[in-house]
Amino acid sequence: MANRLAARFKGRHDSQQYFLVGVAMSAEQKSGITHEGDFYSEEALHEMHDSMLFIRRFEEKAGQLYGLKKIGGFCHLCNGQEAVCVGLNSAADAKDYMMTSYRDHGHILARGTDPTAVMAELLGRAGGVVKGKGGSMHMFDIEKNFAGGNGIVGEQVPIGLGFGFSSWYKEDGRVTVCIMGDGGINQGAVYESFNMAALWKLPIVFLVENNQYAMGTSLDRASAETQLYKRGISFKIPGIKIDGMDVLEFDKRMREAIEHARSGKGPMLVEANTYRYRGHSMSDPATYRTRAEVDEWRSGRDPIARLQNQMIAAGLSTEEAFKQKDKDIKKEVAAIAKAAEAQPEPDASELWTDIYSDPIEGAYPETGKVY
Amino acid sequence: MNKITYREALNQAMAEEMTRDDRVFLMGEEVAEYNGAYKVSQGLLDKFGPKRVIDTPITELGFAGLGVGASMTGLRPVIEFMTWNFAILALDQIVNAAAKMKYMSGGQYSCPMVFRGAGGSAARVGAQHSQSLENWIANVPGLKVVMPSNPADAKGLLKASIRDNDTVIFIENEINYGDVGPVPEGEYIIPLGKADIKRVGSDVTIVAHSRMTGFALEAAKILAQQGIEAEVVDPRTIRPLDEETIVASVVKTNCAVVVEEGWRFAGIGAEISARIMERAFDDLDSPVIRVTGKDVPMPYAANLELMALPSVADIVEAARVACGRA
Ligand SMILES: Cc1ncc(C[n+]2csc(CCOP(=O)(O)OP(=O)(O)O)c2C)c(N)n1
Ligand SMILES: [Mg+2]
Repeated sequence: MANRLAARFKGRHDSQQYFLVGVAMSAEQKSGITHEGDFYSEEALHEMHDSMLFIRRFEEKAGQLYGLKKIGGFCHLCNGQEAVCVGLNSAADAKDYMMTSYRDHGHILARGTDPTAVMAELLGRAGGVVKGKGGSMHMFDIEKNFAGGNGIVGEQVPIGLGFGFSSWYKEDGRVTVCIMGDGGINQGAVYESFNMAALWKLPIVFLVENNQYAMGTSLDRASAETQLYKRGISFKIPGIKIDGMDVLEFDKRMREAIEHARSGKGPMLVEANTYRYRGHSMSDPATYRTRAEVDEWRSGRDPIARLQNQMIAAGLSTEEAFKQKDKDIKKEVAAIAKAAEAQPEPDASELWTDIYSDPIEGAYPETGKVY
Repeated sequence: MNKITYREALNQAMAEEMTRDDRVFLMGEEVAEYNGAYKVSQGLLDKFGPKRVIDTPITELGFAGLGVGASMTGLRPVIEFMTWNFAILALDQIVNAAAKMKYMSGGQYSCPMVFRGAGGSAARVGAQHSQSLENWIANVPGLKVVMPSNPADAKGLLKASIRDNDTVIFIENEINYGDVGPVPEGEYIIPLGKADIKRVGSDVTIVAHSRMTGFALEAAKILAQQGIEAEVVDPRTIRPLDEETIVASVVKTNCAVVVEEGWRFAGIGAEISARIMERAFDDLDSPVIRVTGKDVPMPYAANLELMALPSVADIVEAARVACGRA
């Protein structure tokens, strides 16, 4: 599974690439789906589908474990938003940088981090991605260029600015995708970052996951301009709005945005229109919205069902096959949870590690001595 | 040895480190074309060009975060705050990001960078531009807090801070910028976390940092005329604190005065006196005395401003009381 999620969806090609690699075959001859001129191979589609479904089942398992009090603290699930996680990682390169808020499980999984390590982190285990020191809100994977996992709303935005600055400084060709919520975009630091990113033409895509709510506050109760992609206008940052419930559309448009940033034209602002099915965190019964509204998104626009329908229509799979796939993934997630739970808690010595890179011998209290 | 100003010493440290390591860059308000609000970065733009000496908009939180992100990708940012009063707007990035990034990421990401600028009380600029906030920041695990009291320390400590692999909060003193003193040329590094005994004495220990070190040395001169030999200890690094040097001095003198410009409540002096109590209780002949700034916002009027700050006379008096010669 880790491998599958880590794959950069290599099966995806556009017709131009076919000729570049010398495969003289048109998209129609190979099985797949053509979306707005872009061809997605059967393998690529399965991979996107499986990744989204995996994230959903993983989140459900996390919710269960939270209910059993095995996961503590805050736990923010991303059910409903899987197309954004998966489409984004299909669009971005492995070398590109990424950082987000506390709603980070789906993003780090889509990035290809070992799901057992993610689950172990949720459970506060030694083998967690950050050794059990971060928990749900602080997932990091430096190997995958995934830089958090931030619990302070909007804080990752100036940090993302710094990653983009670094790429500009080193001319390393990377793009930073800096993710925030529809609530997060109201932080002042976001506009400070927009300004500098545009001023210095830094290679950054600011991605707003507009899931319509910031905790219990709906978008229109918090934002004077509810078309969030327009929030960059006074900084001359071009903005686009993408359907975040359609993984193919999201992948395609996100690729264009990333290309824009990579080409030296400066930052871009992307608003992904999406929805969170669950409450804000595990303690939220979500009484501020109607059942009908949730149902409208869940049954009318679900990103997984949508892709399944597209694939069935294209003759690439069947309802039964998807049912079987779901069973397999649920089993896999259960095994992951079991393996993660079997891990020990972090060693007590971990309390005092990772504070300094250059500790100073004998200085109090950093040596851990207590009187 | 060359005699140069505190300001020039800082400038030399940055120029040398930028020459040595091209990952080091300087960013802040007016650091480039204006040559620094206090001229600390004089000439650096000409030497290193606009890619490495960067003027920012007035946007402290934003460029502090930029520095954090850049440091996480292997660059070595030196982020200048025109003064530390303005860094209050950037505290989220310092306290919630830089200080805990290494811990939160299980050791994967660290933030090797320097936040520097003028701190402490300035002259006649009123309450918002005149305050010492090092105790706020020194309270946070993960940060190192450095405060030089003379030109040589300014150079040696800043070079060490830029090379350090952690986030260093480097608080300069606005009033000290023009002070002249001998400063070694070239490679001159003072290790972080080491206090310095600025004057040896056997009767009373005076612990003082930043501008107050100079006050303590002046007080020591007066005390010497009165037959009292004061030992002046400058911690230089506030966090991690070199407790050993302070305690060893108190064990020798059996009494101590702790001086700071900042407010008394939960100040650096409170911390140091608690540590002396913990480690050297049996060696103390009298309670530790704190000399601090008064518990008021800084007033503008010249007479009131003077009253709000610790004075040399205050230190002399405290030292006499501490060693039972009042
Ligand atoms: C600076 C700050 N203020 C408040 C909070 C509490 N808080 C946590 S999440 C949240 C809502 C954020 O909503 P949004 O940005 O839309 O992200 P979403 O949860 O929808 O993914 C708030 C107010 C916080 N963590 N940080
Ligand atoms: Mg939201």
